[in-house]
Amino acid sequence: MNYISVFDVIGPNMIGPSSSHTAGAVNIALLAYQLFSKPIAKADFTLYESFAQTGRGHGTDKALLGGIQGFGTDDVRIRDSYALADAAGIEYHFTWDDKTKTAHPNTVDIRLESPDGQVQTIRGESVGGGKIRIVQINDIDVVFTGIYSTLIVKHADRPGVVAHVTNVLSGHGVNIAFMRLYRDYKGGTGYLIVESDENIPDDFLEEIRENELVHEIMLIQI
Amino acid sequence: MSMDFASGKELHQLCREHGITISEAMLRREMELGSVSEQSVRERLERSLQIMEASVHEPLGQPRRSLSGLIGGEAWKVYDAKIESLCGVALTRAIAYSLAVLEVNAAMGLIVAAPTAGSSGVLPGAVLSLSEVYGWPETKQMDGLLNAGAIGYLLMRNATVAGAEAGCQAEVGAASAMTASAVVELMGGTPDMCFQAASLAISNLLGLVCDPIAGLVEVPCQSRNAIGVANAFTCAQLALSGITHPVPFDEMVDAMYRVGRSLPWELRESAKGGNAGTPTGCRWSAGGCAGGCAGNCAPGNDAGQTAAAR
Repeated sequence: MNYISVFDVIGPNMIGPSSSHTAGAVNIALLAYQLFSKPIAKADFTLYESFAQTGRGHGTDKALLGGIQGFGTDDVRIRDSYALADAAGIEYHFTWDDKTKTAHPNTVDIRLESPDGQVQTIRGESVGGGKIRIVQINDIDVVFTGIYSTLIVKHADRPGVVAHVTNVLSGHGVNIAFMRLYRDYKGGTGYLIVESDENIPDDFLEEIRENELVHEIMLIQI
Repeated sequence: MSMDFASGKELHQLCREHGITISEAMLRREMELGSVSEQSVRERLERSLQIMEASVHEPLGQPRRSLSGLIGGEAWKVYDAKIESLCGVALTRAIAYSLAVLEVNAAMGLIVAAPTAGSSGVLPGAVLSLSEVYGWPETKQMDGLLNAGAIGYLLMRNATVAGAEAGCQAEVGAASAMTASAVVELMGGTPDMCFQAASLAISNLLGLVCDPIAGLVEVPCQSRNAIGVANAFTCAQLALSGITHPVPFDEMVDAMYRVGRSLPWELRESAKGGNAGTPTGCRWSAGGCAGGCAGNCAPGNDAGQTAAAR
């Protein structure tokens, strides 16, 4: 959505007390959960600056733990997210780091681990009013917000990946709103991030995977 | 013709040209820009109202303390006051409801930010109290939300509603302006009167600082919501009586933003100044004195005792 809706003003519907420290934290963790798209055995959270200083009083920990269980900002189960994580067998740990300076005062690192040992780390920032952005995936700097349907393609930084992905998308009539490329170093690992106003059908992800340079695909639907 | 608008002036123009209310203009804008039906907008507004209804009433039956223990039970104290009502039924109830929403919010309950969580009590407090007193149906309550949404959208677009950017005047001040305008329309006033009420409301709270004790959305946020309601009622009454503010709405939005940007950082949600920076405010902070009170706060933390004493 690229306009301010009446529901951006009269909203979001949210579990209190803070749109930035509670709802925003839920949104970051929910995106981490959607990106990971695997069962979670272990979750580690590191909270920085304002998140670390006032997070306890704002239930930021409960919000984060709720988000990685798939709860949205208006889900009353957030209040009980510790007990529900225990019941689900999720091991969790919080680090309240109020010493390290980060680019944005409301920053959290989330490390998720699946039962078979697969790991994903993301860094998210809560930028106000429940709005957020993800600024790192697995230590590579990226930027996306989750406002749009988002396709993330992890790939080897070699020629041909972008052309392949855009070919598949245009073949299926998906209109690309924004597209950005990130990588750790030349010839290393890259992330292609494609955002679209419409739903990106997941039935052609296999086609994208056919390219041997593609390592992994993540998809977030609005 | 497009129903989008970027200023109060343009919104006013649309209302005049089409002979419609502010709420109707906002409804048409939402349908146009979101490519959605009126029914779908109204279904979402219905959900907003359901949450608002629950959040104004829930703490009256079962007061809950906040995570920190700073607040809890205030709504019931006002609602059930054994003293003669000083403010009359509608305003007293609106104040109680606004306090209630902040109690729900502080206890990790479900609320509708309007426009923020810290100012979420003002609009539902006023609209739902008046609806009970005057017997307004749900569709009319939705009009109140749409009207308030239009004013809030303009404040978000052309200024800010973030306390960290422009202080409490941008949160409770914005909520109060939105509510004043909504109340005017619901009471039968013209779009012009709505803008007058909103301008007066912004003007009255201009400069209000954001100084939450321990950085929490509790004190002074809760009672600020009560003053946001009272200011909205007062400004609606002024506008409905034909009183005008010489400075147009768009200029007041700009003035609010410029005042906000000139507030020192200590008074913009940093929890270092105002209430938060007092020795007592500092003692409530988990991290202890962060320098805001210039080292006046006593060593140690007696917040626990204070909470227990309450």
